[in-house]
Amino acid sequence: MADVKRGYVRPLDLKNGRVDLTHGSGGRAMVQLISELFAHHLGNEYLGQGNDGAVLPAPMLDGKPARLVMSTDSHVVSPLFFPGGDIGCLSVHGTVNDVAVMGATPLYLAAGFILEEGFALSELARIVESMAAAARSAGVPVVTGDTKVVERGKGDGVFITTTAVGVLPEGLELGGSRARPGDVVLVSGSMGDHGVAIMSQRENLSFDAPIVSDTAALNGLIAAMLATGADIRCLRDPTRGGLAATLNEIAGQSGVGMMLKESAIPVKPVVAAACELLGLDPLNVANEGKLIAICASADAPMLLAAMRAHPLGQDAALIGEVSFDTHHFVQLSTAFGGRRIVDWLASDQLPRIC
Amino acid sequence: MCLALPVRVVEIGSGADSDRAVVDLGGVRKEISLALLDGVQVGDYVILHVGYALSRLDPEEAEKTLALFAELDQSKLAA
Amino acid sequence: MKYIDEFRDGEVAQSIAGKIAHSVQGDRRYSFMEFCGGHTHAISRYGLSDLLPQNVRMVHGPGCPVCVLPIGRVDMAIHLALQQNVILCTYGDTLRVPASNGLSLMKAKARGGDIRMVYSTLDALRLARENPQRQVVFFAIGFETTTPPTALAIQQAQLEQLSNFSVLCCHVLTPAAISQILESPEVRQWGTVPIDGFIGPAHVSTVIGSRPYEFFAEEYRKPVVIAGFEPLDVMQAILMLVRQVNEGRAEVENEFSRAVTREGNLKAQERVAEVFELRREFEWRGLGLVPYSALQIREKYAAFDAERRFHLEYQSVPDNKACECGAILRGVKRPQDCKIFGTVCTPENPIGSCMVSSEGACAAHYSYGRYKDMN
Repeated sequence: MADVKRGYVRPLDLKNGRVDLTHGSGGRAMVQLISELFAHHLGNEYLGQGNDGAVLPAPMLDGKPARLVMSTDSHVVSPLFFPGGDIGCLSVHGTVNDVAVMGATPLYLAAGFILEEGFALSELARIVESMAAAARSAGVPVVTGDTKVVERGKGDGVFITTTAVGVLPEGLELGGSRARPGDVVLVSGSMGDHGVAIMSQRENLSFDAPIVSDTAALNGLIAAMLATGADIRCLRDPTRGGLAATLNEIAGQSGVGMMLKESAIPVKPVVAAACELLGLDPLNVANEGKLIAICASADAPMLLAAMRAHPLGQDAALIGEVSFDTHHFVQLSTAFGGRRIVDWLASDQLPRIC
Repeated sequence: MCLALPVRVVEIGSGADSDRAVVDLGGVRKEISLALLDGVQVGDYVILHVGYALSRLDPEEAEKTLALFAELDQSKLAA
Repeated sequence: MKYIDEFRDGEVAQSIAGKIAHSVQGDRRYSFMEFCGGHTHAISRYGLSDLLPQNVRMVHGPGCPVCVLPIGRVDMAIHLALQQNVILCTYGDTLRVPASNGLSLMKAKARGGDIRMVYSTLDALRLARENPQRQVVFFAIGFETTTPPTALAIQQAQLEQLSNFSVLCCHVLTPAAISQILESPEVRQWGTVPIDGFIGPAHVSTVIGSRPYEFFAEEYRKPVVIAGFEPLDVMQAILMLVRQVNEGRAEVENEFSRAVTREGNLKAQERVAEVFELRREFEWRGLGLVPYSALQIREKYAAFDAERRFHLEYQSVPDNKACECGAILRGVKRPQDCKIFGTVCTPENPIGSCMVSSEGACAAHYSYGRYKDMN
């Protein structure tokens, strides 16, 4: 019996077309969007199953059942495209990183899209291509997804929610409550790059600065770090709120204090200059391709060496130590020999004038 | 209301645009207004505040100030 | 960064700290007020007070224009956004100042107010050009540093006949505030703290010059050292003040000579004089009604005055009873003396403006220094 020949379906106009409400309605238009755009770029055997849910193999590591780690993140970054990246790759990197910092090997991603009516398909195509490239590079396929469309004015172009799942080896316990006095604090590289790259694009702040977002998937770097066998207590990626927020979180969870050395914290001169102009502290600015590691002090040299050998950890540095402190303060010794607290900001840093 | 920074003037607009300049701070460039200052030249350092240059920075005075910081404590020497 | 990094050198700081320690007379207490919020911030951020001898105390003054902005003025801005449906442009600092009815500009934005943060008046003018069918109001706050740009914006608006643009003028003046601290009977009644000298504001002085401070030095016999914003500038200024006090001098010295002259920026001063005139009095948070301490827009530019255009009436709103911002702004109390500091009043939930602005004494202390209170 010959295959029934499908009638001619005009392909999506990716150059000039726009998202409209039919693309979210579950009908043929949506199927076409998925097949010609999403599946086309993101395609893999699981996505290819084409069912409501992807059937995945049982989670195993070295032939043994392993624990699952799952994480989800919604991405609402504006602008959608920024120096160094876009919402697409950001949504892959962010969630992959959240699983990887738990010590787990990320395996699969799910992606949900909320599209605004009128959003240009050419931009959507760029975003999806970027996601696909990020997923391939990280080795984590998008196995299932969803698309919805909201009326014009009810969305900011596109919102993406990604969920990642990974497997955690037996015996590995990383967590924010595990830092102990005497441990040391490491960072994988320069602070503040992503936040400043974003702010340089925003409406009211205009300057041309060669600052590029550091958005990256850290699972490769983390695998190299874990392979050293170093006694790592905690890994975390300092995203919103910056280094200050992340360290304060951990200090609170672990019930410890921290003492950092200002001159040891890597900040690119051009990021420092941009922060000066905006009245921001790089320690409070978001990063999307960096991690902090808290480890036993004896293992620091080995861990640093492994980090610096990896392309994403070349500027890794030891920035401080964990101390005993009932108030859980994260403190900083300034280049002056003065001390101050690195505080957890109440809300998003707004560029200061004063 | 005083966050103001010394920045280097790298470009000045011509003709009708002579009030606009591009300044550089550590590799970051920004377009600002020179409307409050006269006679600014490329290479000058100005104090930038809320998008305007407020005063010119005098390099000689800056050197003198740094020298002042480095002055040895006279009374200590005498002791 | 040239002219910045050299003025942050830690070793030089230690050396100046040594000179200060050597210069102070053991049996004397020295109290210096740093007037400017930028100096307060520098002192906290670099931990400068750790480098000063025990008998030198820095008193934080009311030089943070956000901190001294009374609730009633913020209410006017909120009203314009929520009731008059303007595009309200403001510098970032004012967004979180708590005002009446549990609102702030940030919260008003959440309620639908079209409030836009701008970095410069130039952005506000651009918004007015781009939105000819909307009223655009610029919420102009700040001391003399920030006033010339506002003057220029108004003149530019007139030139372009940008009729949808107006300014809500809340500019205030430094010397008037200093006088008020030193001399007003009400303020004396509320309590003042003996101040041996002032660190004069950095960038205000680039505009107004060092001349206006000569009056204080002569009249009140208090030394004034104008200091740049970098930490070494502040340290050096403290050293110069200590020396003046020891030697019984009361002069105006200019540590920030690389940017400040005696005359200041005459062009900027002229523009300000063209556009603004003195208000007879103006309410300051913490200082009450201060005569001739603030500016309003002259008749000539009345068309760009938001207060006239929208028929705004100022309503004074008292501070929260527990809030000690007033006393703190006068240097009479320290943040830690306020009963609600760090408990009810925190940067997440500021009750008074000293906690909102990152230069406010309370915010600076909370963010950078509160570990010192714990023991």
